[in-house]
Amino acid sequence: MQDRQFGFATRAIHAGTPPDPVTGSRVMPLYQTAAYVFGSTEQAAELFQLRSYGHIYSRISNPTVAAFEERMASLEGGLGAVAFSSGLAAQLGVVLSLAQNGDHLVCSQNIYGGTITQFTVLLKRLGIETTFVPADDHAAIAAAVKPETKLLFAETIGNPAGTIADLKALAGIAHDAGIPLVVDNTFASPYLCRPIEYGADIVTHSATKFISGHGTVIGGVVVESGRFPWDNGRFPLLSEASPGYHNKVFTETFGEYAFLMRARAEILRDVGAQMAPMDAWLLLLGLETLPIRMEAHVRNARAMAEFLDKRPEVEWVSYPGFASHPQHKLAEKYLPRGAGSIFTFGIRGGREAARRFIDALELWSHLANVGDMKSLVIHPASTTHSQLDGDELRKSGVAPESIRLSVGLEDADDLMWDLDNALKAAVRATENAPA
Amino acid sequence: MILETPAQRRALLDRSKTVAMVGASANPLRPSYTVFSYLRTQGRFEVTPINPTIAAIDGVKAYPSLAAYAAERGAPDIVDVFRKPSEVAELAREAIAAGAKAIWFQYGVINPQAIELADAAGLDVVVDRCMKVESARFNGGLATNGLNSGLITSRRRA
Repeated sequence: MQDRQFGFATRAIHAGTPPDPVTGSRVMPLYQTAAYVFGSTEQAAELFQLRSYGHIYSRISNPTVAAFEERMASLEGGLGAVAFSSGLAAQLGVVLSLAQNGDHLVCSQNIYGGTITQFTVLLKRLGIETTFVPADDHAAIAAAVKPETKLLFAETIGNPAGTIADLKALAGIAHDAGIPLVVDNTFASPYLCRPIEYGADIVTHSATKFISGHGTVIGGVVVESGRFPWDNGRFPLLSEASPGYHNKVFTETFGEYAFLMRARAEILRDVGAQMAPMDAWLLLLGLETLPIRMEAHVRNARAMAEFLDKRPEVEWVSYPGFASHPQHKLAEKYLPRGAGSIFTFGIRGGREAARRFIDALELWSHLANVGDMKSLVIHPASTTHSQLDGDELRKSGVAPESIRLSVGLEDADDLMWDLDNALKAAVRATENAPA
Repeated sequence: MILETPAQRRALLDRSKTVAMVGASANPLRPSYTVFSYLRTQGRFEVTPINPTIAAIDGVKAYPSLAAYAAERGAPDIVDVFRKPSEVAELAREAIAAGAKAIWFQYGVINPQAIELADAAGLDVVVDRCMKVESARFNGGLATNGLNSGLITSRRRA
């Protein structure tokens, strides 16, 4: 063994998947099993007491899923990872690992509508309150932190408006308050941005998006840096005896691994939202091409943004790669390889023109997902963010005329041909409509 | 010398057999018990508790001091330390006197004087690391829990 820091592309292909020691299989085998035979009663007891490493039951861990977790931890620069059945399950896993009834969260308001609903409706019912603040209002964020606040949550690139979080500043605010910064990095992927390098403590993903890359899997993952001092007195779930696990004190027993061990041994175990082995196998395959896919996504996205920006049918384009975008400087700082491939634009003629535009597209797929090889389109106000009321909608950056594009990897000329046809059809029809 | 890289730690574990664990507890809730139990049941190491307050852990005889251990069993390959940082400078002297080849300070056991003493006496020194975690990093254990082992290889594990 030699000491070498391998590059991102090498790790995207190799991390977590040395050759199978039993068969020599070069591809990570699909361990499609629910449970694992113990070597002895003594070994079984050691495993159940978390004193040795090994698999018990696939709700808690599985070799194929573990390979995916390790690869994600490597790519994000984390200490380890815990995979979940979806991105929403992953962020719920983070919250449940740190917070309980009576606790409080501070959250950027410029995020995915489904997250806002999870926090404001589901978590509120469980007795966990959330204060939403604009991601760029740092004074308001600091002021929102209370003694019972357990985390600060933001998205690297906000869905759908493309608000870029100032990760270093947010990490500073969080750490001054003694809480971790949790960053959802779904829209950037670890290829474009690694929030842990800027001070984030926990990174979540909907693995469904760029990590899969092919729109085949619903999955999520939590990566942790291992740097946060969970024994600072603010996190009794980690630093006091846990009745959920033989009264173990996770910070004492596992040191820097305390959060990851509890997220798996208690939260994943008790919530049962584990990733399926087949899904992990597909995600491992997807990750191998992440670097070259992201390069191509970014290239195509810029081409589409520039194309739309010149069109008379288009009122505005909110693309962080443009100098006119309010967070362009932050995009240059945190996303030097490109500001992702998901952005919004406003079509002339409001909601009705947006509807006609989407209906006129031939090649772009109209569906509720992003980060696929296939180019995707949706109208957020009536779909992904439709649970939000008018005020919440405006705060999360969604206008009635907003159209969200997730630019895929088809020929740019074909994508522009389709946009061109649909823009003409939508605006012509809208403007010819009787008043 | 102070071992700072994964390859150095792996080489230390590979060449070591006997481990004298100072501060090993018989209480299953204590981290030291977890490490003791893991290293013992792995079968790679001969682990011995050094603790004057107990006679044995899980049937393994405990010694009251490193000197008592060395008198009966010879010099240990590794002295693994679970003690308050303030108490470990004296312990480093005892490890040197016992002829230990290496001293391993567990998580949080950081004492610059102890590190310097051991290093100057020619011992291999590991600081603020867990012997269980580092063993598991190289034997595939960490990977079973989705933890980042840092290992990249296309060679088949022997």
